[in-house]
Amino acid sequence: MAIRFELNGKEVSADVEPDTPLLWVLRDHFWLTGTKFGCGIAQCGACTVHLNGLTRRSCITPISRVEGGTVTTIEGISGEEARAIQDAWVALDVPQCGFCQSGQVMSATALLREIPKPTDENIDQAMAGNICRCATYVRIRKAIHRASDSLEG
Amino acid sequence: MNRIVIAIGCAALVSLGLCLKIGTAIAADSEAAKAQTLQSPEDFANIRDESKRSVAMFNEMGKVLTHPRCVSCHPRGDSPLQGMDLHKHEPPIVRGAGGMGAPGMRCSTCHDDDNVAFSTEEGSIPGHPGWRLAPKSMAWEGKSLGEICRQLKDQDRSHMTLEELQKHNATDGLVGWGWHPGEGRIPVSGTQEIFGELTQAWIDTGAVCPEG
Repeated sequence: MAIRFELNGKEVSADVEPDTPLLWVLRDHFWLTGTKFGCGIAQCGACTVHLNGLTRRSCITPISRVEGGTVTTIEGISGEEARAIQDAWVALDVPQCGFCQSGQVMSATALLREIPKPTDENIDQAMAGNICRCATYVRIRKAIHRASDSLEG
Repeated sequence: MNRIVIAIGCAALVSLGLCLKIGTAIAADSEAAKAQTLQSPEDFANIRDESKRSVAMFNEMGKVLTHPRCVSCHPRGDSPLQGMDLHKHEPPIVRGAGGMGAPGMRCSTCHDDDNVAFSTEEGSIPGHPGWRLAPKSMAWEGKSLGEICRQLKDQDRSHMTLEELQKHNATDGLVGWGWHPGEGRIPVSGTQEIFGELTQAWIDTGAVCPEG
């Protein structure tokens, strides 16, 4: 059965089993490999995308739940908060191995959209589910503050 | 001869030990099985004193109220709990507005309207519409049954009349999730139907709380 949804601004459909995880569909059906498989049990955050504007772990989201919804991945994220986050990430050279970083960027962008001037506590709460085995947490927090400052103009 | 007597004596002692062990194991299994069931109001009919019957039925309701499936989302702190040992939720998540998590990481980042089986290993991630923490005023973690009972009857903290509480216990979907928690989790004892009947019978007998 074809599941229809909006993916990065385009109407798409995927003819897959309804319980297929969204992550599988993104990577194997649409070849959007920026979203990573980390743990498969919603414990690491590497597979984070936006579903209807909110963060969502795609490894535990059946594609049937996406029907009629809007999915944004690291390849399609846009807007001033996303640009500010990406600029700050580059300026502070945040990634080390980079595997978790698409998930980190998706969570950080979602945070800035809701709280333009986040405190350290806001950042820690929003990013707590995105694990980085290179421990780039300090640079991530610094980059989110930098992105926030840049949005203030 | 002495050796034979000692050997027989040892065999008897070993047998006795085994019997005691088996007996203990049977008793433990029986206790575990009892904990998995929920007695219905009729099972308390032999308690003539109405107040004592009311307390006995609330104690039975306590099997549900203090079950880890229920206490997990009735914590006294700002984080949900997990597992039969009620350890802190992983990944770390905070209560946030309405008990639904923080901006950027809400409960709905992982929990959807249904339990979802993992694709790569055994187990599942729990889910139900309206997945959230109970307000702090309804915290049950670490409280005695008597304290939980008095809290439930205090409308300032429970935000429900006894009639509403009965309906909540008997029909609320999020409460009902406890009996259908998904692969990898032990469900709450009995059924939601019996829990609702017990709640009604407890109310009908004066809604008396246990001491302590």
